[in-house]
Amino acid sequence: MTSEPVISLRGVHAELGSRPVLRGIDLTVTRGEVVALLGANGSGKSTAIRSIIGQVPLSAGEIELFGTPRRQFRNWARVGYVPQRTTAAGGVPATVTEIVSSGRLSRARFGVLRKADHAAVHRALELVGMADRAKDSVNALSGGQHQRVLIARALAAEPELLIMDEPMAGVDLASQEVLARTLREQVAQGVSVLLVLHELGPLEPLIDRAVVLRDGCVLHDGPPPRAVGQHALPGHDHVHPHEPTPARTGLLS
Amino acid sequence: MDFLDYAFMQRALLAAVLVGVTAPAIGIYLVQRRQALMGDGIGHVAMTGVGLGFLLSASPVWMATLTSVLGAVLMELIRWYGRTRGDIALAMLFYGGMAGGVMFINLAPGGSNANLTSYLFGSLSTVSPSDVTAICLLAAFVVLVTLGLRRQLFAVSQDEEFARVTGLPVRALNLLTAVTAAVTVTVAMRVVGLLLVSALMVVPVAAAQQLSRSFAATFAIAVAIGVSVTIGGTVTSYYQDVPPGATIVLLTIAAFVLLTALAAPLSRRRARAAAATLPAEDPAECVVPAAREPDGKVGV
Repeated sequence: MTSEPVISLRGVHAELGSRPVLRGIDLTVTRGEVVALLGANGSGKSTAIRSIIGQVPLSAGEIELFGTPRRQFRNWARVGYVPQRTTAAGGVPATVTEIVSSGRLSRARFGVLRKADHAAVHRALELVGMADRAKDSVNALSGGQHQRVLIARALAAEPELLIMDEPMAGVDLASQEVLARTLREQVAQGVSVLLVLHELGPLEPLIDRAVVLRDGCVLHDGPPPRAVGQHALPGHDHVHPHEPTPARTGLLS
Repeated sequence: MDFLDYAFMQRALLAAVLVGVTAPAIGIYLVQRRQALMGDGIGHVAMTGVGLGFLLSASPVWMATLTSVLGAVLMELIRWYGRTRGDIALAMLFYGGMAGGVMFINLAPGGSNANLTSYLFGSLSTVSPSDVTAICLLAAFVVLVTLGLRRQLFAVSQDEEFARVTGLPVRALNLLTAVTAAVTVTVAMRVVGLLLVSALMVVPVAAAQQLSRSFAATFAIAVAIGVSVTIGGTVTSYYQDVPPGATIVLLTIAAFVLLTALAAPLSRRRARAAAATLPAEDPAECVVPAAREPDGKVGV
């Protein structure tokens, strides 16, 4: 594994309204790595994710994607994004294929999908086990199936980096297993992953590193807490032994 | 079909058909992004343009296009920057637009609110040849945008945050949607009127949703409904001497009611078909487990 960073945050500060939500975050995801972002509600997990994709403006700090400053980054086909949603539906009915196809637009020129693009959409649906529902309206799906559709949409562009915000929220056990398997296959192909999780759950064996946020600061950055349950929870304050990272010590207040 | 012999009826029907196509075509994206009433807001702003047209002796259609495009862009900007109390800012824009229209038209030489009425409720029989030219050009623009950019507009209207990460120019597409909606309002102004235009943007889409499962089908059915009701309303008003704008809108609502009534048995049949494809061990209805006492061990 090379140590080339696919995501790099340095001293990132962000505010929502006038309230500081990120207070100097350092975070790196290297190629092929699976990093879980953990923390309590309001700790800044989602804001950190949304700052990476440019949805939240920074008040200070730098973000790079694949070594390019985010503002100059244009190659979005390399990034698959799964926003925090409970539904894939909009105000008008749409089929599973229609939703997933919009994930392919980053690779399509002028919004025209060719044969290869339709094939990629179908592959993405197969990866999440939704190919048999391709022509169904998303309104007819369960919560877990909605999440699988959203993940297929991110996979349709065949990205090198997956950014997911709570992909397991509101997902039934069967779908959680499907999602874990999908993610395992992606990781095996060298895809890097940054995902926000509430608890490690069925994804635990996949995760190389966990970053725990509290009050907009990095509290822990190192191997994931192996035990599920209390150890996975933020606010679990004992010091995990991991390699010294001098750049971060100032933030572990 | 004697109504086709009259030039004014030919113009009226052409204008009506173009509105029947364009209003649902852009309306579907507004409904998708849950801004169904945006067309109504733009209609209010367009009134200022009509008033200015009278005041400056310019074409009310083109002046209305200009002001409603500016108003729509302003609404988009408020949506970006004025996150707090955006609804209040929009309300001021709507009612300012309406008041501006009334003010300007009364300042115009010989102008009164009576001139405004034909724009508020439509005046299909007085559509002039130059109006038809303007309506054709504007309708061509709307069709080009709503069909040519359907995948991009679909993605942005479905999930703006995700669309940004696919690299789509989200702001530009939002502005284009707003401008296209504004253009559609002015296309429809002479046919159904500014106060009723939003109905043709929203109701055919709502009616189509009763039958469809996909976005593409919703689009096609909504446009088909739009064209049917605009032709139907225009022809009805020719024979019955009723106002065409109101007739068209009432017909659209009737179509919605009819399709909703038809959709109930259709969705039941679909549910049965879906149940038939389910695996046998997963019955569609709850099954109470048989009482566990055939062998008499677990008596209650």
